[in-house]
Amino acid sequence: MNDGETLMRKVDLSVTPLRDLNQDLHRQSSGANEKNWEVLNPMGFHAIAVGVDAPIEIDIRGSVGYYCAGMNKQATITVHGSAGPGVAENMMSGKVRITGDASQYAGATGRGGLLVIDGNAASRCGVSMKGIDIVVKGNIGHMSAFMAQSGHLVVLGDAGDALGDSIYEAKLFVRGSVKSLGADCIEKEMRPEHHDELGKLLETAGVSDVKTSEFKRYGSARKLYSFNIDNADAY
Amino acid sequence: MCGIVGLFLKDKALEPKLGALTNDMLATMCDRGPDSAGFAVYGTPTKGKAKLTLQSPTPEKDFKGLAKAISKAIGADVDLEVRSTHALLIVPKDMADKARDVVRTEAPSVRIMATGTSIEIYKEVGYPTEVSKRFELKKMAGSHAIGHTRMATESAVTTLGSHPFSTGPDQCLVHNGSLSNHNNLRRELKRDGMTFETQNDSEVAAAYLTWRMNQGMNLGEALTKSLDDLDGFFTFVVGTKNGFGVIRDPIACKPAVMAETDKYVAFGSEYRALVNLPDIAKARVWEPEPSTVYFWER
Repeated sequence: MNDGETLMRKVDLSVTPLRDLNQDLHRQSSGANEKNWEVLNPMGFHAIAVGVDAPIEIDIRGSVGYYCAGMNKQATITVHGSAGPGVAENMMSGKVRITGDASQYAGATGRGGLLVIDGNAASRCGVSMKGIDIVVKGNIGHMSAFMAQSGHLVVLGDAGDALGDSIYEAKLFVRGSVKSLGADCIEKEMRPEHHDELGKLLETAGVSDVKTSEFKRYGSARKLYSFNIDNADAY
Repeated sequence: MCGIVGLFLKDKALEPKLGALTNDMLATMCDRGPDSAGFAVYGTPTKGKAKLTLQSPTPEKDFKGLAKAISKAIGADVDLEVRSTHALLIVPKDMADKARDVVRTEAPSVRIMATGTSIEIYKEVGYPTEVSKRFELKKMAGSHAIGHTRMATESAVTTLGSHPFSTGPDQCLVHNGSLSNHNNLRRELKRDGMTFETQNDSEVAAAYLTWRMNQGMNLGEALTKSLDDLDGFFTFVVGTKNGFGVIRDPIACKPAVMAETDKYVAFGSEYRALVNLPDIAKARVWEPEPSTVYFWER
């Protein structure tokens, strides 16, 4: 083993079984010296690079199916293509980037880390997010950030129906239009600290050509999530 | 869960390969629907002829001598090509209804899966790759095809409960999802003269679209109207003689991916179904929006 030297591993999924790839990825730890991985011919397979827990970089060349990069910890995973449902579901830390579009429930239940989608995300993006930061450069579909608890969802395009329905304390920033807001989700003032927060998120996501002043902030009216008998009709 | 694939060719040069391409697409969707499978292929119509796809639980008995009996009864030459449990009956176009009646009397256990000038439907219980092998999907040619792999939820695993469903000439529908108002709707459609072969929810959706098109709507208009009248989860792919349509319910939880190039329009429940299509890397690939009708016609 050569300390300090990083090795590149290429895995072609038209030859190597997916399970072998995932097992190899699971064997990597913080001291791993195979820091750069390239996955070829993903062919829309499900659960590629799920459960990685090591500070490694994985480049997937092509589009993936369900649950890619789920439960990710520490790793930087880039899908050079589009992703099927549930990409980066329950991510803990690290960074996942999709250069194309993402299907429904991208980043669902995520607890940490950053998910960047260069294209559009479909419905239910960031559903029940719990600390993850999600930056979508295109549009997001309906019911996004449903029951979102914490973390940030930044959308450079438009949002679909029922944004932030039953939201808790996640912060939503949308640059374009919002088709409709969900129950208990309201537009909120952009205070200086929100411009700072948003500015940092955009920078980390590699977005430099838009101003934080172009965004509106949305969050919880806090009327529903502590049960109050007078609100029973709203449930 | 079910799997859907669909391919609508714009480039005539690909038509001889329609079956082979659909066969590969369908094979990727086996694990979404291992119970049964089926497909509709729209082949080149023969001038002056109609096609009827027949199916029998006892093909040796039912198909033997059937061609002769039909020919004698209608007073015209007919072709009957047996493919496993199915048979393709080709008759003069103006005698299609008469031939259908003869089939019903001569071989009462035979089911008519499809009628029209270009549609053929083959469907059976069994693992999808076995089903497509049985009917030699790989060798079929045509302008568009729709395939389905079924994981049954709403009705029994039977040949008739498999998709596609055809409720009108050259029309077919496949469905991923489940409808919740199909019993009421079936009653209403029956009152208006529609007939049903099964207790299946998807057959109701097919009959609904046929009913709307009988009222003079085109496929696109019928699909738009279905958003008001159908309740439940659905991603539908439908075919007509010249058309190919896709629609998803407003919740859109049943997956769908589409791809379009200047040579074809393709549908898959997942991207996996599309990976082997020609020039897929250069295709426009997108997820169809909820409550939005996608419709191509040639």
